[in-house]
Amino acid sequence: MYFLQQCINGLTLGSIYALIAIGYTMVYGILGMINFAHGEIYMIGAYLGIIVIGLAGVFGITSTPVALMLAISLAVAITSAYGWTMEKIAYHPLRNAPRLAPLISAIGMSIFFQNFVQIGQGAKDLALPPLIQGGFAIGDPAGFQIRFSHVQLLLIVVTVVVMAGLTLFIKGTKIGMAMRATEQDRGMAALLGINPDRTISQTFIIGSGLAALAGVLVSLHYGLVNFSIGFLAGIKAFTAAVLGGIGSIPGAMLGGLLLGMIEALASAYFTTEYKDVFAFGILAAVLIFKPNGLLGHNYVEKV
Amino acid sequence: MKTMTILKALFNLFSVLLIIGFCQQPAIAKEVIKIALAGPLTGSYAQFGAQLEKGARLAVKHLNQKGGIMGKQVELIPGDDACDPKQARAVANNLVNQNVVAVIGHFCSSSTIPASEVYAEEQILQITPASTNPKVTERNINTLLRTCGRDDQQGAAAAEYIARKLKAKRVAIIHDKTTYGQGLADEARKSLRSLGIQEALYEGISIGDKDYSALVSKIKKADVELIYFGGLHAEAALIVRQTRDQGVKALFMSGDGIVDKAFADVAGTASEGVLMTFQADPRKTPAAQEVVNEFKQKEQYDPEGYTLVSYATVQVLAETYNKINSTNSIKAAQYMKSHVFDTVIGVIRFDAKGDLSTSPYVIYRWHNGTYAEITN
Repeated sequence: MYFLQQCINGLTLGSIYALIAIGYTMVYGILGMINFAHGEIYMIGAYLGIIVIGLAGVFGITSTPVALMLAISLAVAITSAYGWTMEKIAYHPLRNAPRLAPLISAIGMSIFFQNFVQIGQGAKDLALPPLIQGGFAIGDPAGFQIRFSHVQLLLIVVTVVVMAGLTLFIKGTKIGMAMRATEQDRGMAALLGINPDRTISQTFIIGSGLAALAGVLVSLHYGLVNFSIGFLAGIKAFTAAVLGGIGSIPGAMLGGLLLGMIEALASAYFTTEYKDVFAFGILAAVLIFKPNGLLGHNYVEKV
Repeated sequence: MKTMTILKALFNLFSVLLIIGFCQQPAIAKEVIKIALAGPLTGSYAQFGAQLEKGARLAVKHLNQKGGIMGKQVELIPGDDACDPKQARAVANNLVNQNVVAVIGHFCSSSTIPASEVYAEEQILQITPASTNPKVTERNINTLLRTCGRDDQQGAAAAEYIARKLKAKRVAIIHDKTTYGQGLADEARKSLRSLGIQEALYEGISIGDKDYSALVSKIKKADVELIYFGGLHAEAALIVRQTRDQGVKALFMSGDGIVDKAFADVAGTASEGVLMTFQADPRKTPAAQEVVNEFKQKEQYDPEGYTLVSYATVQVLAETYNKINSTNSIKAAQYMKSHVFDTVIGVIRFDAKGDLSTSPYVIYRWHNGTYAEITN
């Protein structure tokens, strides 16, 4: 019973990591750079979620599902616009620059977004009262009872659906095909009539949208956001992406879920203090034996 | 040619402005006495920084209306440490460079301790209204005092209540691994053990995490009657909320790190019945009524938590400087330790170490999003 409860905890946490990790992995796959501002994109999504839910209340929308749908769609749309703008401002001009340049401009964007939100929304924590309450209780009320809240269920279901949808999208649609082509060889794809700039923009839009989705769900689940939440979430999601194999979308999903599970089980059976040590220890071990991550491609470097 | 003239004119204008600027600065600097206020003005604990700043700012305003210190006006210089020990040192150096005569702050013990080394070296008087870790005043710095209690007193008060009043047997102790949080949890653990209660669980969490569900399940498995938490309101609120989400009914108790309404904002209904140790409510003292009313009416702000303590700290500073007619830190500290001060939070008396001479802690309970002393 205790193990099952911890698995639920781990899956919930892992779903969030996975949603954010996809943004890292997609951008890395196509551009070969790590978008360090991705955590901040997630933070902006979380803020927008809370703001829209608050506004919905002001405008008299009291039905939770409606407010929630509104929050998700608006947050995803606006955050995607942020992602698109960020790419145009900070990365597009540096497309053919040495690799270090976009990395530094990514860190710059990250600092900018943090301060932007801090000035706009204040340095204090923003709280959201629980919107969706209740859940399932499984087991003997006198003994150890498993609790599975509706928000947790929502988080896991949304993640699974989105992941499946994204996989089909990448596999089946023209945009997905263009993305895969750009990922493999940008120059060749351009010669074959794919506009790589547009494909890269689309990648940023999708990645940012998923981060915003994670942001809204997180503020719903934990009820607390501040301007600095992006940093830690970004680091964790980046770890998840590396664990699963950076550049690989199924890898990011696997890495996220795995990281969540490792953290939950490490703090369940050892100590909470060292859960990050376990998570990063396992990451190191995986990278020693599989340097490209669990599901990463092994590109042969042509000399 | 024409553009040149315009440029020249602009240049001249700027030079004139610059000269005016240079002239003015030293002229102002002569007139004022600078007192620094350091604390977490941004970040997760900005609520507490705001408490300290609001209290000190109003106190300085009142002080200036009454003539200031030694006939000079007082200027409050804010310093933001975000409760980060590294930033605290940098802020301390910055404040020293601005020639402050005294520092009120910091808030987090983990910031106060490294910053105090900077102030001690420069012999700048430091009074912390809120850092409760025992180590703060245990390092023989004779220009450092505090207007709050100590965590050994606070932990003992909590343990006493748990053992005698609640008669709880199974207690989980959680802390946030900071100087303050772990310090308080360890003091409570020590006192609980001396009262015959061995903790059922002792765990540290990471600040900034959002998900404590694994820890909460562990607490649920340990089947405790009470969770004692050493840490600050952001983490406390998340833990107590997730505890109730998982159906754990154990009581939740913490210290002065949760004494802000932001705790209830985040915890929501889960804050109901949460216990807390803090000094006797400063808002209730007769001397504070005028200030409390001014806060409520003019600023629409309830001076909760450490706001009035911060106000009182300015009063102590001003009275001392005016009496000894100097801003010499060593003389001022000696005067403070040997005199009694009548402040908005009541009568303050310091001992030789710079601590308050009596333990100020009482037990509070959260109810309907606010906290009140438990009377009995």
